[in-house]
Amino acid sequence: MALERSEVEKIAHLARLGLGDSELPQTTATLNSILGLIDNMQAVDTTGIEPLAHPLETTQRLRADTVIETNQRDAYQAIAPAVESGLYLVPKVIE
Amino acid sequence: MHQLTLAEIARALADKQFSSAELTGSLLSRIEQLDPQLNSFITVTAEQALEQAKAADARRAAGENGPLLGAPIAHKDLFCTRGVLTSCGSKILTGFKAPYDATVVEKLANAGTVSLGKLNMDEFAMGSANESSHYGPVKNPWDTSRVPGGSSGGSAAAVAARLLPAATGTDTGGSIRQPAALTNLTGIKPTYGRVSRWGMIAYASSLDQGGPLARTAEDCALLLGAMAGFDPKDSTSVDQPVGDYLAALAQPLAGLRIGLPKEYFGAGLDARIGEKVMAVVEALKKLGATVKDISLPNLQHAIPAYYVIAPAEASSNLSRFDGVRFGYRCENPKDLQDLYKRSRGEGFGEEVKRRIMVGTYALSAGYYDAYYIKAQQIRRLIKNDFVAAFNDVDVILGPTTPNLAWKLGEKNADPVSAYLEDIYTITANLAGIPGLSMPAGFVDGLPVGVQLLGNYFQEGRLLNVAHQYQQVSDWHKHAPSGF
Repeated sequence: MALERSEVEKIAHLARLGLGDSELPQTTATLNSILGLIDNMQAVDTTGIEPLAHPLETTQRLRADTVIETNQRDAYQAIAPAVESGLYLVPKVIE
Repeated sequence: MHQLTLAEIARALADKQFSSAELTGSLLSRIEQLDPQLNSFITVTAEQALEQAKAADARRAAGENGPLLGAPIAHKDLFCTRGVLTSCGSKILTGFKAPYDATVVEKLANAGTVSLGKLNMDEFAMGSANESSHYGPVKNPWDTSRVPGGSSGGSAAAVAARLLPAATGTDTGGSIRQPAALTNLTGIKPTYGRVSRWGMIAYASSLDQGGPLARTAEDCALLLGAMAGFDPKDSTSVDQPVGDYLAALAQPLAGLRIGLPKEYFGAGLDARIGEKVMAVVEALKKLGATVKDISLPNLQHAIPAYYVIAPAEASSNLSRFDGVRFGYRCENPKDLQDLYKRSRGEGFGEEVKRRIMVGTYALSAGYYDAYYIKAQQIRRLIKNDFVAAFNDVDVILGPTTPNLAWKLGEKNADPVSAYLEDIYTITANLAGIPGLSMPAGFVDGLPVGVQLLGNYFQEGRLLNVAHQYQQVSDWHKHAPSGF
């Protein structure tokens, strides 16, 4: 099944990727070629096969519910594009 | 000095033939002189390196004598390094000086290694040619018109050109083994969970593993011993003791059972590579190994499954790059959506955007079962193939790559053709088993790699087989001319 340009626009929106109009035809063609490769999977009989999500099939470890990290806000915000008074700045969201 | 391996450097430093500061200074000037031909470094940390070298010399003067004390290395630029640009080869991490060190970086620093800087790579480790880096392509020192492989291409080129004795890399679908093969190095991807992923910028979290690239199996053993181990900060780290990889090297190969999967020698393999691989098999037989033909019937399904699982995980992992908290932000965003979309659209390169979109599509409503679940079922079949094979053999041997290093730009027009180059390496990531590539000779002056795959946590056995082969061969000693 080949993707249409409108579907590629929708996927780009879901992924929050800004794609220019000029990029869309090439992106659509390349994605279709990759999906063509991926569609070879459908020929494999996987009836009754349990999906494998993790190679070692371990369960998530738990730890004691105690504080292990100290506050590093200043260090983390020192590399942010825009901060003020300990807050990350973004364009106005609520009018 | 630059021809020495890590093991030789350890002996020379212990014998006081030179100091770590002298060695570091000499390699830094080599990097300055030769790296413009290769572009293997994104950042050289000369001042810090000299400080670390002097500190190592001081520790030695105070009586310490660890095998890596004062040894120069460098890190692939996806390991976070405190206060040093950690770019992952991407524009979106412009200005990202990591606020902490990755566990691997910290462990190697504690062992006394000296880090000379950060090495070039495919953007977010997505590539097999090291051409997708925002910082430009890396050249193969064996022929600078050709690619070094990827994604750890900077690590491979720098070590092959004798700018460094060894470097760290990461391997999600072959990104240590394939560049090692194309540049005449030895590199090992450990069992999933063996090396901590904490501070390693994630591409596909269920496949990513860090490991070393070096010129000998002995050096890989030395480095892996220091990198591996349980880390509570990585939720998938395995709490199991690390083997003595150095001690394992000496084990004789008598009785070793090698499996040759017929699918690795079929159509698609450059026959000249096949001949080199079979010559290695003959040499191992002389060392006492026995050989058995085996089958890994699901090999051909690995690429489609991988190109669902890896992009799906990447689309989720890379959602953290939002232009808000760190890295690149677009100019004058008009609203929050615009900030996200343009920062990501402008900050990510073509290949990264492609994989994010493939992953987003595969995980989207209505397609999840047909793509993601199907791929995970195939992943189980691939693991089952290996589990069955390792009932009868100790290691599986085959070519690391189907082709020699290709020309820069040759596969750029068609990403799918580059994906097919990963055919022999990605199954180890899907199954989580360890894999090693080592030099097997040359075709038309270009290096050929042979791959050894082992059962879970059999890193020591793989390093042992490679080391024993390197005692009776000298391919790994060949250096590219001009370097």
